[in-house]
Amino acid sequence: MKVNGSVYSDFSGSILQLLQQKNLSAERVAVEYNGDILPREKFVETFPKDEDVIEIVHFVGGG
Amino acid sequence: MLSKQELDEILVKRHGKDAQKRFAASCVGIAGLGGLGSHIAVHLTRLGIGKLVLADFDLVDASNIHRQMYVLSDIGKPKTEALHAHLLQIHPYLSYTLHQTKITTENAASVFQGCDIVCEAFDRADQKAMLINTLLQDLPNTFIVSGNGMAGSASANLIQTTHPMRRLYLCGDGNSDLQDGLGLLSPRVGVCAAHQATMVMRLLLGKTNC
Repeated sequence: MKVNGSVYSDFSGSILQLLQQKNLSAERVAVEYNGDILPREKFVETFPKDEDVIEIVHFVGGG
Repeated sequence: MLSKQELDEILVKRHGKDAQKRFAASCVGIAGLGGLGSHIAVHLTRLGIGKLVLADFDLVDASNIHRQMYVLSDIGKPKTEALHAHLLQIHPYLSYTLHQTKITTENAASVFQGCDIVCEAFDRADQKAMLINTLLQDLPNTFIVSGNGMAGSASANLIQTTHPMRRLYLCGDGNSDLQDGLGLLSPRVGVCAAHQATMVMRLLLGKTNC
């Protein structure tokens, strides 16, 4: 699968586990899954496959 | 006081007739009227955006003046009202809708319904994520331009506009976090706000690349 434009191999698990592996808090991200925004409550039940394209945006504080 | 017609003529002369027609017909929302949002609002008012929807629950505090567009005599006033008064001094004939309320998953879509673009200008990372998740899900035709990473005193050249999702643009260095003890300083926050306002301007002119 592709995550933020790069090939991400040898991963099996949910989107939530992917975020944990990348040390990202689910409360501070937006995730696009094959072109659609993925609601946060679906992070735990969505298991990406090889052909999937994932975009993760991580937010930092300040404004 | 200039008449509406006189002001319109000045803007058409500077911005071009086609551009001004697009700006005047547009509606842009700003979520959070702090260091980013208050300056974005000034830029968009100077462009003559027809409708601005301005949302913030907070009052102007003495600790805001160093980087937000308020002045000492605004302290204690709602940010929506204080900013509105300044914007009226720049363009009195635009439509300004004020929401002195905290934006939540429940009310975000109704507050920003009808906006072509919403600028995310909150302070906290979790609130930024909440707003963007909610608006991308609930307002399927609205673009979002978000401020992400402008704390500290690193080079202004690190602040960029990117386009990671179809309806989401990010402005900032993507990295400098308030949480890491970095302060927010007026020039760098201003650069980020100007990036956001520039992307709004470009989108309204039909230019979708950063």
